[in-house]
Amino acid sequence: MAGNSGNAIDPIHQFHISKIFPVEIGGVDFSFTNASLFMVVTVAVATLFLVLSTNRRGLVPSRAQLMAEMSYEFVAATLRGSAGNDGMRFFPLVFSLFMFVFVANMLGMFPYFFTVTSQIIVTFALAMLVIGTVTIYGFFKHGVGFLKLFVPSGVPAGVVPLVSAIEVISFLSRPVSLSVRLFANMLAGHITLKVFAGFVVMLTGAGAVGIASAVLPLALTVAITALEFLVAFLQAYVFTVLTCMYLADALHPSH
Amino acid sequence: MSNTQGNLNTTAEVGIVEDGGSFPPFDSTTFPSQLLWLVLSFGVFYWVMSKVVLPRIGGILEDRRDRIAGDMAEASRLKQETDEAIASYESALADARKKATTMAHDARSKVKAETEGARAAAEEQLAAKLSESEQSISKIKAESLSHVGEIAAETTGELVKALIGGRAPAKAEVAKAVDAALK
Repeated sequence: MAGNSGNAIDPIHQFHISKIFPVEIGGVDFSFTNASLFMVVTVAVATLFLVLSTNRRGLVPSRAQLMAEMSYEFVAATLRGSAGNDGMRFFPLVFSLFMFVFVANMLGMFPYFFTVTSQIIVTFALAMLVIGTVTIYGFFKHGVGFLKLFVPSGVPAGVVPLVSAIEVISFLSRPVSLSVRLFANMLAGHITLKVFAGFVVMLTGAGAVGIASAVLPLALTVAITALEFLVAFLQAYVFTVLTCMYLADALHPSH
Repeated sequence: MSNTQGNLNTTAEVGIVEDGGSFPPFDSTTFPSQLLWLVLSFGVFYWVMSKVVLPRIGGILEDRRDRIAGDMAEASRLKQETDEAIASYESALADARKKATTMAHDARSKVKAETEGARAAAEEQLAAKLSESEQSISKIKAESLSHVGEIAAETTGELVKALIGGRAPAKAEVAKAVDAALK
């Protein structure tokens, strides 16, 4: 939904990355961009909210503290539900991922704000963080036994190669599906929003009839905005749930 | 990962859009910068979450759970104490009631016994007085009766004296006559 002043109707422009101050190390461009800025803003907003709201450590929570506690308990319940009590060792990771993705998605809903999670490289990096944790922890904890993940128990010996091949492909496709799901949802939602909002602008430029008929895309824009808030939460949640399920695999590979 | 970046880069070349540039999310020239700043910001975020925020919220929730459990235990302890107090009060009340009944019963029987005693004594006294009176009456009666003959003889002597005149008959004669008449 991040807009731009120049080309109001280009729905892609909101994803454009512009340098704020250039940094170059060893010939590679590490500039601080608008994407970097909103990563920092996301972290700052989430951290400040969680720190300030729990500052009083109230026995009877304030509203803000209650929200912080609810997010804690929500993520804890999700993780415990799929990975069990052992899974709580990954709680900081899962909670950080949920809060980061959720706050980034929500900040993206503000007009003119950059949506960090609409960049495939960001969602892919987060997905690789999850899969990397699963793989490294899985081998660290179970050694070769982690490979049992690819050999489901109770499968006839004849079909084991086939099933294992499918399991391996499914495992390898996890980072792709995890990252593309979040990225595509945020990207498509923001483009749709921009396109419908663009219709309103175009039609209002076309005289009285245009203004009258602009009501329909305007109503749709409002409806899609509401839907996008839902999607922003839902995708953060889905990302978290899948993370929890993959972590459960690392903890208990034989399924 | 560099292989994936390469793949995405080729995709980006296909995804050319209106403004002539590549589709921004697939523009691999921005990837190093995005990855660096993501690692920095997410790393700091993870560190703050795991070191500050999550222990703090966990502590708050645990404190509250402990406090509630403690309060519940205290409440059940107080309830037990109350129950005990009520039970002891009830038993004390029952004892007192029993004692009061006994005392009332005792007092009643004591009073009754005293009354009975007093009555018996009074009756005895009365009976004694009665028999005494009866004795004196019968004595007086007997005395009176013993004097009747004498009086009759005297009266008779006087009467005879008045009727016949002269001298009075001899006392013995009169008494003899009266006795005979009385018989």
